[in-house]
Amino acid sequence: MSVDATRQDTGQAAAQGDTLIEVRDLVKEFPIKGSYLVRRQLGAVHAVDGVTFDVRRGETFGLVGESGCGKSTTARLLMRLLQPTSGSVRFDGREIANLKANEIKPLRREMQMIFQDPYSSLNPRRTVGTIIGEPFAIHGMHEGKGDRKRAVQELMDTVGLNPEHYNRYPHEFSGGQRQRIGVARALALKPQLIVADEPVSALDVSIQAQVLNLLRDLQRELGLTLIFIAHDLSVVRHMCDRVAVMYLGKIVELAESDQLYSHPRMPYTGALMSAVPVADPELAATKKRQLLAGDVPSPTNPPPACRFHTRCWKAQEICRTEEPQLEPKEGGNIAACHFPLTDAEVAERVPSAHPQESA
Amino acid sequence: MALLEVRDLKVHFKTDDGIVKAVDGVSYTVDRGRALGIVGESGSGKSVSSLTVMGLTRFAGNADISGSILFDGRDLLAASDEDMRELRGNDIAMIFQDPLSSLHPFYRIGDQLVEAIRAHKEDVSKAAARDRAIEMLGLVGIPEPRRRVDAYPHEFSGGMRQRVMIAMALINDPKLLIADEPTTALDVTVQAQILDLIERLQHELDTAIVMITHDLGVVAEVTDDIAVMYAGRVVEYADKETIFVGPEHPYTWGLLRSIPRLDSPRGEELVPIDGRPPSLITRPSGCAFHPRCPFVREAHTRIDPKLEPVAGRTDHDVACLLAPQTRNDLWQHLAAGEAPERARAAVPMGESAE
Amino acid sequence: MLTFIVRRLLWMVVLLLVISFLTYLIFYTLPSADPALLRAGRQPTPELIASIRETLGLDQPWYVQYLKYLERLVFHFDFGYSYQNNVSVREQIFDRLPATLTLAFGAMVVWLLVGIPVGIISAIRRGRASDRFAMGAALVLISAPVYWLGLVALYLFSKDIGRIPLLPGQGAYPSQGSIFSDPATVIPAMILPWCVLAASFAAIYARFLRGNLLEVMSEDYIRTARAKGLRERAVVFKHGVRSAITPIVTILGLDLGILLGGAILTETVFNIPGIGRLAFDAIQKSDMPTVQGTVIIGAFFIILLNLVVDVVYAFLDPRVRY
Repeated sequence: MSVDATRQDTGQAAAQGDTLIEVRDLVKEFPIKGSYLVRRQLGAVHAVDGVTFDVRRGETFGLVGESGCGKSTTARLLMRLLQPTSGSVRFDGREIANLKANEIKPLRREMQMIFQDPYSSLNPRRTVGTIIGEPFAIHGMHEGKGDRKRAVQELMDTVGLNPEHYNRYPHEFSGGQRQRIGVARALALKPQLIVADEPVSALDVSIQAQVLNLLRDLQRELGLTLIFIAHDLSVVRHMCDRVAVMYLGKIVELAESDQLYSHPRMPYTGALMSAVPVADPELAATKKRQLLAGDVPSPTNPPPACRFHTRCWKAQEICRTEEPQLEPKEGGNIAACHFPLTDAEVAERVPSAHPQESA
Repeated sequence: MALLEVRDLKVHFKTDDGIVKAVDGVSYTVDRGRALGIVGESGSGKSVSSLTVMGLTRFAGNADISGSILFDGRDLLAASDEDMRELRGNDIAMIFQDPLSSLHPFYRIGDQLVEAIRAHKEDVSKAAARDRAIEMLGLVGIPEPRRRVDAYPHEFSGGMRQRVMIAMALINDPKLLIADEPTTALDVTVQAQILDLIERLQHELDTAIVMITHDLGVVAEVTDDIAVMYAGRVVEYADKETIFVGPEHPYTWGLLRSIPRLDSPRGEELVPIDGRPPSLITRPSGCAFHPRCPFVREAHTRIDPKLEPVAGRTDHDVACLLAPQTRNDLWQHLAAGEAPERARAAVPMGESAE
Repeated sequence: MLTFIVRRLLWMVVLLLVISFLTYLIFYTLPSADPALLRAGRQPTPELIASIRETLGLDQPWYVQYLKYLERLVFHFDFGYSYQNNVSVREQIFDRLPATLTLAFGAMVVWLLVGIPVGIISAIRRGRASDRFAMGAALVLISAPVYWLGLVALYLFSKDIGRIPLLPGQGAYPSQGSIFSDPATVIPAMILPWCVLAASFAAIYARFLRGNLLEVMSEDYIRTARAKGLRERAVVFKHGVRSAITPIVTILGLDLGILLGGAILTETVFNIPGIGRLAFDAIQKSDMPTVQGTVIIGAFFIILLNLVVDVVYAFLDPRVRY
């Protein structure tokens, strides 16, 4: 695995410069055990199977993929909500993969998470003020009377909620507002990193833009590093500076957003983009929709060599026998493929290959 | 004569919190072999209006339905429960959003398909029905249909299950297929497969389609005409090209400007629609969209716009009080990438159309 | 599936061993009690105590005694001897088993025949008068203690003392014979006991099924069934009830398992010689071997029924596979 390739070829260094997170060969396996009497391991779900990437300070890094690709598991590994089976995660220079529970707690002040479902990720029996203030309580901050309330109300204001609603309960808010509550809670401890796991998927279309804009504004104002996980390619393109595409537990392509969306190299990435329905009837009619055959294979039994070969229209013998390495390809993308897409193939299929000026 | 004609449909639910006006005067038409897209968000009434076409709203018990629904010339609202039952799954079929929970977990899919046939054609033998089921499974692209017909729903993936649902819906050759968010719960690549399948089948079998979705991309690909719904009403209604190139309603503008698009430049700012979808119990006074409309004027808080043809056209209706010329100018500014506030400042707002 | 069943049966043996050990510990080695005295029951003679000590090898260490007990149990099916009643425990248990089986299974049939239809109808007619009445009645039956119900039933319907003499009353169950040998006497005698025992169960099952069915009817596959154009009856029964009834199987097994260990209260009220009565009398008389025997039999039935329920569930729900 070419570590250097990942570090040096993913475009020019950002203005902020240094790296906040370094992930190397991260693996997470969920064993499938036999019955309770005979505890043998029958197999394992390779949810994350050797993932390597860096996240730079101040950037928005996107993780994209379909169900079962391991993006959510990766997020939870970064947050140490799960313990890696093997591999290394360095946060701010410090190795965190093997930390024990009591060592992780102070880490939580530096990294926070926003979850997908605003309806189930907030405790319905707590007031909004308590929910947002809980991080303070856990870490012993703002203990003074009224101090905490003021801090919470400031946060509410920052995310666009009415501070007077301090004593209301989650069910009194709409989905978009609840997601703002989640954001406020994540911001409470002024973390360096926020991991957003599908933060807008459960929201109505007209509300999604509100929350996305909020995240963008907050990131700029507070200098946050944002890891954005989604299955919606358009949203990821809009929000992220660099994007990694995952398939069956591995990263199959990683590139700067502009480059990735205009010149994807891995056929899977091309198929993903080709599949996205585009809100333009003319383009929809002319673009060739690349359809993949069959379903995503089970993560318990991934195909040998290149995992995508069972569905890839460019697959040949070598794809079945030799696993392609993540290497720099034409244009700067890091991709794992023996037969990457040419510019012509991309132009046929991918709507973002030639972004129009607003019509 | 249109295949389906919905006129001034109203569906009000009596609940403890008040009367929920889920559908409040909706009209649209679907011609044979054509595809209509109904676009709206949660609370727009898009699903309820189709469930009412199917006669499924009657089961709710607290629904007050008025207006008219003509299918092939027949008034469905006046039809008896038994008449509606005969139509369902036979002349009009519907597929839903979540294919896992939409199939009974305890019965094999072959049995569920056969059931769909024999509910309407009792004299068809089980063997013949089973053959037809296998044929349909092959048609929708399920590999090894002869073997898979005896499998249980949980043994299929999400995309396959939705194909099974489509097979089940089309098994009696319906004239109209209603698809309620059929791909929302599916992965993007699977979504593409399913949309492709629906399109293909529509042309092969000449079925009319109503596609209900919140995704403007989906309607751009699959439909011929589009009705945009908001707060239980149709606020704009036109053919597909018009809606995307020359929309006339501020809500449609808002939708088009607030979604990130793969085909627009990357840095473009998303323009959200302020506020949130309205309560269906206490609709805002006047124009239901006025609390969120960047171009609202005082009169809009009092007067309720009707769905009327756009000046000079027979195939484009809109429910908006702004003057047509004002709307055109505003859209020019918005489509050029300007923020609504700037557009509003730039365009002289004449008197609103009454 | 077969390996699953074999595994569970092995577990059953293990559990029964553990239970026999625990009950043995409790009854034979409590510091305050002299085992011989306990075994001899109330008011024993010194000769009796001495002979018991010898026979039972009470001079032996306790684990030897336990192993001997286990040996007798496993190889000779010998549950011990009841000095009180002068009969082997096994004989007593098997004597009483038919009555308990008759009572339990008969009641089960009654409560299923009543509870299931009532539950379904209540769900279908939710909110209307028939539903409210049924659920109200159910509440009363659940709240009423079974012995009270039994006494009221006797008071009303018993042939000898009842207001409306219809059915045989207390003591109608023959002291000899069982349903297999003497159905003509046993069956009429069991009608009241069946109804009384079934009453609260029928009520519970009706409420439970009603709740389940209401939940199931709002599932998406019911909407699909209607959208297919199925008749409402097929929707409710083939799709709705079919789903709603599977949890009933689980609780049915558990309830039956417990009842087979003896329905003490009902047996007492109606004077039915079942295992419940046996256990009750034995406890009163401190007849430890008998108590221990009934405990093991009760445990056996519960574990067995649990296994049966799990296997049946796998047939009902194809998503469950062992």
